[in-house]
Amino acid sequence: MTTLPTATQKKLGLVIDLDTCVGCHACVISCKEWNTGSYGAPLSDQDPYGADPVGTFLNRVHTFEVKAENTPAQVVHFPKSCLHCEDAPCVTVCPTGASYKREEDGIVLVNESDCIGCGLCAWACPYGAREMDQAEGVMKKCTLCVDRIYNENIPIEDQVPSCVRTCPAGARHFGDLADPTSGVFKLVEERGGMDLMPEQGTKPVNKYLPPRPKTDTAPELDVLGPLLAESTDGAGGFFGWLDRTLEKL
Amino acid sequence: MTIQPKIDTSPKVADEIRKTTCYMCACRCGINVHMRDGKVKYIEGNRDHPVNRGVLCAKGSAGIMQHYAPSRLRAPMKRVGERGSGEFEEISWDEAFDLAAEWLAPVRETAPERLAFFTGRDQSQSLTSWWAQQFGTPNYAAHGGFCSVNMAAAGIYTLGGAFWEFGSPDWEQTEMFMIFGVAEDHDSNPIKMGLGRLKERGAKVVGVNPVRTGYNAIADEWVGITPGTDGLFIIALIHELLKAGKVDLPYLMRTTNAPVLVGEDGLFLRDDDGKELVWDLNSNSTQPFDAAGLKPALHGEHRIAGQTVRPVFHLLAEKYLDDSNAAEHVAERCGLKPETIKRLAAELADCAFNKEITINREWTDFRGVTHKTITGRPVSFHAMRGISAHSNGFQTCRALHVLQLLLGSVEVPGGFRFKPPYPKPVAAHPRPHHTVTPGKPLDGPHLGYPRGPEDLALNPDGTAKRIDKAYTWENPMSAHGMMHMVISNAHAGDPYPVDVLFMYMANMSWNSSMNTRGVMDMLTDKDESGAYKIPKIIYSDAYSSEMVAFADLILPDTTYLERHDCISLLDRPISEQDAMADSIRWPVVEPDRDVRGFQTALIQLGVKLGLPGMVDADGKAIYTDYADYITNHQRRPGVGPLAGFRGEDGQGKGRGAPNPNQIQAYIDNGGFWMDHVPEDAQYNRPSNVAYQDWAVERGIYDAPQPYIFQLYVEPMAKFRLAAQGKGEQQPPEHLRERLIATMDPLPVWYQPFEEQGVDLDEYPLHALTQRPAAMYHSWGSQNAWLRQIHGHNPLYVSTDIWIEHGFAEGDWADLTSHHGTITVPVVRMDALNARTVWTWNAIGKRKGAWALDRDAPETTKGFLLNHLIHELLPPKGDGLRWSNSDPITGQAAWYDLRVKIKKAAPGTQTKPEIPAQKSPVGRGPDSLAYGKEWTK
Amino acid sequence: MHPAKSIILFTALSGLGFGLMIWLGIVPGDKGTWVAAVFCLMALALSGIGLLSSLFHLGHPERAVKALSQWRSSWLSREGVVAIATMVVFTLYAAIWVLGGTPVALLGWLAAALAAVTVYCTAMIYTQMKTVPRWNSPLTPALFLLFALAGGALLAGKVTISLWLLAALGAVQIVQWMQGDKALGDSGSTMETATGLGNLGTVRLLESPHTGGPNYLLTEMVYKIGRKHAQKLRIIGFALAIGLPVLLGLVFEVKHMLAGIIVLMHLAGLLTLRWLFFAEAEHVVGLYYGKR
Ligand SMILES: Nc1nc2c(c(=O)[nH]1)N[C@H]1C(S)=C(S)[C@@H](COP(=O)(O)OP(=O)(O)OC[C@H]3O[C@@H](n4cnc5c(=O)[nH]c(N)nc54)[C@H](O)[C@@H]3O)O[C@H]1N2
Ligand SMILES: Nc1nc2c(c(=O)[nH]1)N[C@H]1C(S)=C(S)[C@@H](COP(=O)(O)OP(=O)(O)OC[C@H]3O[C@@H](n4cnc5c(=O)[nH]c(N)nc54)[C@H](O)[C@@H]3O)O[C@H]1N2
Ligand code: SF4
Ligand code: SF4
Ligand code: SF4
Ligand code: SF4
Ligand code: SF4
Ligand SMILES: [Mo]
Repeated sequence: MTTLPTATQKKLGLVIDLDTCVGCHACVISCKEWNTGSYGAPLSDQDPYGADPVGTFLNRVHTFEVKAENTPAQVVHFPKSCLHCEDAPCVTVCPTGASYKREEDGIVLVNESDCIGCGLCAWACPYGAREMDQAEGVMKKCTLCVDRIYNENIPIEDQVPSCVRTCPAGARHFGDLADPTSGVFKLVEERGGMDLMPEQGTKPVNKYLPPRPKTDTAPELDVLGPLLAESTDGAGGFFGWLDRTLEKL
Repeated sequence: MTIQPKIDTSPKVADEIRKTTCYMCACRCGINVHMRDGKVKYIEGNRDHPVNRGVLCAKGSAGIMQHYAPSRLRAPMKRVGERGSGEFEEISWDEAFDLAAEWLAPVRETAPERLAFFTGRDQSQSLTSWWAQQFGTPNYAAHGGFCSVNMAAAGIYTLGGAFWEFGSPDWEQTEMFMIFGVAEDHDSNPIKMGLGRLKERGAKVVGVNPVRTGYNAIADEWVGITPGTDGLFIIALIHELLKAGKVDLPYLMRTTNAPVLVGEDGLFLRDDDGKELVWDLNSNSTQPFDAAGLKPALHGEHRIAGQTVRPVFHLLAEKYLDDSNAAEHVAERCGLKPETIKRLAAELADCAFNKEITINREWTDFRGVTHKTITGRPVSFHAMRGISAHSNGFQTCRALHVLQLLLGSVEVPGGFRFKPPYPKPVAAHPRPHHTVTPGKPLDGPHLGYPRGPEDLALNPDGTAKRIDKAYTWENPMSAHGMMHMVISNAHAGDPYPVDVLFMYMANMSWNSSMNTRGVMDMLTDKDESGAYKIPKIIYSDAYSSEMVAFADLILPDTTYLERHDCISLLDRPISEQDAMADSIRWPVVEPDRDVRGFQTALIQLGVKLGLPGMVDADGKAIYTDYADYITNHQRRPGVGPLAGFRGEDGQGKGRGAPNPNQIQAYIDNGGFWMDHVPEDAQYNRPSNVAYQDWAVERGIYDAPQPYIFQLYVEPMAKFRLAAQGKGEQQPPEHLRERLIATMDPLPVWYQPFEEQGVDLDEYPLHALTQRPAAMYHSWGSQNAWLRQIHGHNPLYVSTDIWIEHGFAEGDWADLTSHHGTITVPVVRMDALNARTVWTWNAIGKRKGAWALDRDAPETTKGFLLNHLIHELLPPKGDGLRWSNSDPITGQAAWYDLRVKIKKAAPGTQTKPEIPAQKSPVGRGPDSLAYGKEWTK
Repeated sequence: MHPAKSIILFTALSGLGFGLMIWLGIVPGDKGTWVAAVFCLMALALSGIGLLSSLFHLGHPERAVKALSQWRSSWLSREGVVAIATMVVFTLYAAIWVLGGTPVALLGWLAAALAAVTVYCTAMIYTQMKTVPRWNSPLTPALFLLFALAGGALLAGKVTISLWLLAALGAVQIVQWMQGDKALGDSGSTMETATGLGNLGTVRLLESPHTGGPNYLLTEMVYKIGRKHAQKLRIIGFALAIGLPVLLGLVFEVKHMLAGIIVLMHLAGLLTLRWLFFAEAEHVVGLYYGKR
């Protein structure tokens, strides 16, 4: 169990569009809401109304500022959950076999009844995708909503992860990244979907679509220049232009 | 080896799904509440719902934590300690109504104006305003005066509808979208969905905002404008477009008042029927604007009836073509480059005119002309409080609408389009009513759109009739009232004292007031006899907010999952561009405590007071509760709070007799009702006969109301004329000059008032707030999940300022305005206008409120910018204190704030620190594991 | 990384215990029954207490036995399995030694080898973490093994050898520090690779995902320790664990009292350095929180 499957039939995962994410945290809360009453232990909160409220979340949104010389700084909202890595180090470190990657779809899961809460898998994950629940002492992580995406009690169009279903901007996409005909696969192709920390060798399944180049400076005025060519010169000239134009109508 | 555990991928989700409407904000998304064992298990968006089509924001998904929050009030309460202390005794509803009636009945019989009834985040204004009207007080308004009346009123006066939920960009067809001063807005999910669509289609998004977060972060271009200068920027765009002849002349002639003739007095030339006249080039004579077959002149002078008249467009062109409006002249002031302004003008022109859309669809206009096609201009705009919450906001909003009109992009494919019941011209709105008769209802609805000085709410001696001084010369077109002035005026007894202040859903002693500390003092101030200056305060809240502590009587509301509500077309619509829609809330969970939906409580109080319309001839209740009212109340025959499923058979759309099964029909339909606009009625609706007829059929109005867009706003000219000394109603001397300068019927820019009044060398910086997407004002902090996202709010400081003041990570600063100083933690931000600081709105909390621990980060590291903002401008030395509001609408000028910053000693407690209030509901639990019963 | 007491005690004490086993296994010497018994018990107690304290780190200690199942892939599992094997073999060895009077060399060697492997496995739990560049180096097992051997030698009273080992340990520790200090930089992981935004410019954190108390990731993996403070602790730890014992060993003849003092000193130093081993280790997840 702790060893990784040599190949998975599917590579289910998320594609997150950084060009579209407005950083609203909807996916964060929807994830918490679904998962606290679903697969495994609830996602507890400690000191929820006190000085240091802290709880378990499977998805969090960071906000970064990126600055290159001579262009205005850019803000990028950055949601992050488990990337369901192909070479998931979190799985191989697990001493109990509680952590495993599913053969059929590549989802990385924790079998909570086997988890001893040693925390090693969280150490092994470069992305901070695993959080130990402080009330239950078991490791929690994004399940890719495994109890939604196949759930026959849910209408077919809603058999997608909770975070994907809720994202108001449509910045989150779900699908099989091993299937070249899938929407997510095509998005990754078209938009240059990228891996986080490729140097870690984890081969994440989830991909991030980079922000599109900003158009702060382009297109240049000389391209658009003719559009602003002065047809008129002050109000006097303007009325002349007006008459000529109206004649033509 | 790899034996995977078998897991249940198809667990049961819910016993039942109940479809209602979210109320964690005013967006009013449809929600599917998943019930399990009588508890709320999961809330998701309703896919069929017109507003959110399945999506939900963070707040919406955190509804569980809102509903089960420990801060919920438990029962009616009577104050036992000093005001502000938070000491209460729980009482029964009967006692509560007795007390309220004891205070209110004499007021109604003798001087109804001595009740001030103001509501905050009210989604039932058609009920609350009606109640106030039946009571007879002129002192009613909701919170619009401090929120966004500039945007709303500028929209109504110019276009017949505003941005936000009254209309939106044509997300499916627009190619270039400019968004001014928006962090979230009321229409927050639809805007996000729309932005997502634009991104999908590769349309260009331009964000005009001093701060580059949220929507502006994903904009393809960021225009980091200096606060308060958007008017200049927009007028420069207009200048460049006019100069290049890039305006939609046929559109202007057909759909706007561009050709309408203006006399020397600034008023329209009218015929005997009162119809505006244009100069017809075919007949070389004046003709009513709506005559068929005209060729109206857009410029030229004529002498008519002893005065020189010129078309609106003539005046407009002369005004904006003036070189002072050129990009070169305004760019620096706006913090922009002239090239940027010119390029954006060019891009707008490119998009509007080179990417013209043509739809082959026949439609007929009100002149009787049938058009074979519909022309679209795929440029669109949206704006909100960033341009609205300034003292020059009304004119800036107007300028933006004029720009839209010049580009021909309102009510056309690809542009900005309304949602029924909008568009609706000023003529279709009431005028303000304010005539009081003791023991009798008011003479009509309080809030309306003044057509001129005759509509001001003034006594013959020139004093204000309303406690908030709305509709006075200081702010003649204050169409939403001025809730932010109520407490200070009532405290000062100016124009008169009140006996009872009755508020609903507004945290007036905290984040919704300017000068928070001062407001707390006013609420607790006593006269020589030891009595409170504001004698009685009744307040309805659902939670233990800061305002609760200042009330004498608390009417505890239910949560949004426990009550009936209606999101009515008589109020703020939830419609789509191509459909009219309304919706309900219904008790998907029964209250587990002694609380009542406020609307029900209000009706019951009305019955107790014997208010007309609420009791029959025998004094018996006409409506038992709000649900009964929603079903059976008729505003006009056949028209009631809900438009759907009317009539005995439930088939009535918009019109029809009350249907006793209406609410159930809504529930069965997913909590809402929707009716599509016929195809030929979808565009150019102000002039589209098919739309007008459909609107009448649906009860939106009783007769067709075709109209033209108002580039030039005549009512403003009337006020200006009065200021110039003409007419019967005359403003006080000290206001004449300001009225003349600001009441320009064509949009102008002037320097924000606070800027005019303070030493800009001393206060060189702008200070703003933004709404965080995951929080709704003050009420998000009681939510265990949301408060983990925004538990405190640093002051974000531009890199320039950061370096200038030698700030380092972890530093604190003193931020000072003309009114006060706060001490707060600072954080550096690059993507920010160089002269600006900002913070998240309403995260700071008073200790003891919201069932939070006293050392919660909201109280130690959180803060309110409101302590720096005053409801009055700095003294000018003229002996008067001018209101810190827009001079036209009275909109509170939150974002005019000027400050200076100084490094402070590292701290652990933001200042000012307000002493704690007692919590009437105790404190929350030490840990949570919601949903445990449903997990293995 | 969070320097959890339970883990520090676990690695330090079990290291000492297994180190002592190694020496007792290879060079039992001619101890009397009682002395042998005391030494063997000490080795068993140290490693046993160490292993037990590791359980305190677990969310579910009652399920600890499950941790033995994944020896094929997991270093922690291996460590557990080998540790138990070591304890069993060593107990057998000790029993025969104490009860029978003479140690069985083969068993001794076996126990020693197993003990060494155990320490190696322990070290590999940390070494394998690519996410913690400071640990992800062959120096980590070297360090752990040398600590075990040197500490074990001290405990076993092998003074001369222990001095040599301490010297070697000192050298490895210094190199480990030098390499470790630039390990994160050398790892190739930056805020830019973490976010994939490097081609757009320099990345910095504007807003943490949550403002509340530090979340699990931050408490567990982003421990903050001041540079000055760390420097001071390094000196203290090094002096106690290595410097002073070597100095005293060279200057004085190490006998009972002094031996005891040196051992205690070493232990104090070991605990300090082990604390630093964790506290100073930066996890790449910190990059997402602006901790470069
Ligand atoms: N500095 C600064 N200040 C601002 C602004 C700004 O931009 N900057 N914005 C201003 C604007 S636009 C607005 S609209 C105001 C908003 O300010 P408020 O209208 O005061 O908004 P809230 O803080 O949400 O307070 C509403 C109250 O309603 C209560 N409430 C919540 N749900 C219910 C319910 O179901 N029933 C009842 N009866 N009560 C309920 C809450 O507990 C809370 O006490 O803030 C204004 N203040
Ligand atoms: N999540 C969430 N949604 C909300 C609310 C909430 O509290 N939370 N509140 C609701 C309410 S009551 C309201 S009124 C709406 C308000 O909706 P918004 O208008 O979106 O609200 P603000 O946060 O006031 O946003 C003002 C924006 O204008 C920018 N700004 C300030 N001054 C200027 C300026 O001079 N020029 C330009 N171009 N920009 C400027 C600020 O940086 C900020 O981004 O939101 C509603 N929706
Ligand atoms: S819900 Fe969508 S837009 Fe909002 S933070 Fe998550 S990914 Fe971004
Ligand atoms: S993201 Fe982390 S937890 Fe998820 S599979 Fe990869 S390494 Fe494991
Ligand atoms: S915490 Fe649980 S899942 Fe993670 S490594 Fe330990 S036993 Fe495996
Ligand atoms: S897929 Fe499910 S578990 Fe994973 S982040 Fe989204 S909502 Fe959370
Ligand atoms: S935007 Fe969010 S909080 Fe507002 S109504 Fe919709 S889901 Fe609810
Ligand atoms: Mo507002």
